[in-house]
Amino acid sequence: MIEIRMHGRGGQGAVKASFVLAEAAFQGGKYVQAFPRFGVERRGAPVEAFTRIDDKPVQIRSQIYYPDGVIVLDPSLTEVVDVTKGLKKGGWILVNSDKEPDFFDFGDDYKVYTVDATEIAVQNKLGSRTAPIVNTAIVGAFAKLTGIVTIDAVFKGIDSSIPRFQEENKRAAKQAYDEIESG
Amino acid sequence: MKKTMMGNYAASWGAQLARVQVIAAYPITPQTLIVEKLSDIVADGELDAKFIKVESEHSAMAACIGASATGARAYTATSAQGLALMHEMLHWAGLARLPIVMTNVNRAMAPGWSIWADQNDSLSQRDTGWMQIYASSAQEILDSTLIGYKVSEKVLLPTLISFDAFFLSHTMEVVDMPEIELIDKYLPPYKPDYKMDVNDPRSFGALTDEQYYYEFRYKMQKAMDEAVDIIKEAGKEYEKITGRAYGLVHPYRCEDADMILVTSGTIADTTNVAVDELRAEGKKVGNLRIRVIRPYPKKEILEVVKGVKKLAVIDRNISPGYSGIFSQELKSALYNEVDIPVRSYIAGLGGRDVKIEDIKDMANDALKNDAPNDLIWKGVKI
Repeated sequence: MIEIRMHGRGGQGAVKASFVLAEAAFQGGKYVQAFPRFGVERRGAPVEAFTRIDDKPVQIRSQIYYPDGVIVLDPSLTEVVDVTKGLKKGGWILVNSDKEPDFFDFGDDYKVYTVDATEIAVQNKLGSRTAPIVNTAIVGAFAKLTGIVTIDAVFKGIDSSIPRFQEENKRAAKQAYDEIESG
Repeated sequence: MKKTMMGNYAASWGAQLARVQVIAAYPITPQTLIVEKLSDIVADGELDAKFIKVESEHSAMAACIGASATGARAYTATSAQGLALMHEMLHWAGLARLPIVMTNVNRAMAPGWSIWADQNDSLSQRDTGWMQIYASSAQEILDSTLIGYKVSEKVLLPTLISFDAFFLSHTMEVVDMPEIELIDKYLPPYKPDYKMDVNDPRSFGALTDEQYYYEFRYKMQKAMDEAVDIIKEAGKEYEKITGRAYGLVHPYRCEDADMILVTSGTIADTTNVAVDELRAEGKKVGNLRIRVIRPYPKKEILEVVKGVKKLAVIDRNISPGYSGIFSQELKSALYNEVDIPVRSYIAGLGGRDVKIEDIKDMANDALKNDAPNDLIWKGVKI
């Protein structure tokens, strides 16, 4: 089983990202589970969402405490939230940032990757520069990075989980997919 | 066909597949997305039903009672304080013997205001004459809606299907949607022997003195007794068309267990994983999920637990002044039948996460210690 934790801020689409990711894995024939951390929803407040992917139905119904990978939708969160908490040794961290991975100091136990999902979202008219909707771009980067889902499966996930601006979201996902090196 | 959906929507699609004819609901928190989705489904023409937006949950149940009395298949959904507001009407639906099916998302009662998982809302309605099912997956929510109508319309008692807030209600997972043609055969239209009909006038719910009321209660009890076998039959028939089996209790690795954990709701699913880990450590532990608490499956529970050395109940609910409700029920079922010590745990009230480690802690504690009279509050911060 693969367990992924998303960190975002309310309004950025972290919950939706966990759903799109799960949907993409489901399209690839996996069993999935995706859910938000059950806090009080406020725009801008730190939020978490979780995705589990497995070959058999997922039975664990608690939150994810020891993720295989972490996705950070807003780089400023790394200053206020311990995004590596419980992350397995050798695990990966994918950060939405215009900086290079070595800008972030998460210690030597993890592999760090960055993609400028904000710029990609803005270019594809997803939200504004101050409030970009970065979730589909980051999922595109995730697909390339991990190989857990294909980019076609991500497109299908967007089709079934995102009600509007599907083409823009697919372009953003593909752009991020093309920009990031595979892991 | 397999699809992904949230637990809430599994309830909505269950109602759609059951071809419910009347939906009455009050669409404000603690209500969930269940009825919002159903209003879409009705508006899109995917279900031929009357959607009645009422002014309170009390009215929602009153409307379901009226609809069901006329022979319509009636449905509603609610949660927490909303279910509590229905209380008077729940008794009415039960004693009027109306086969209404309702979904309740288990949310903690306020105050403090909470929208998180806790079974006290539905267990407070235990004695209203409703059959009560506790689901542990989105698939089971959908399937239980269909099985619920099948059983309700046979024994003429309403069914309440409950499941944990967020851990199921807002969790997206894979659900196999059965073909509606199969469900139409499984669940033909509801045709009651007696119904409220202006062309065939009868008296319903009239003043009933002691000459008759006592027997009404007796017949209700008989119907609950009969429901045990009817739930099993309806589950088997459902398995034939879908491959998915449902009973009143779901034992996991209990055959050779020294100790059995007794659980319900989503904690039960996580407990299965904990049991696998405990088994790998050489501890002979099983998990018995109680799926139906009314009618109480006493015989079915005794069959599973007889011969076991110890039982440990995990309750996400509390009857203040006594103990967890599943624990009380289990102890009363064992009394005069078998002598097995029971250890009682409270966990996860108000949506506090119950992790695999928490369940293993409780299991290890129960393995080490004999049953005390005191309740054990797992992880309480005092």
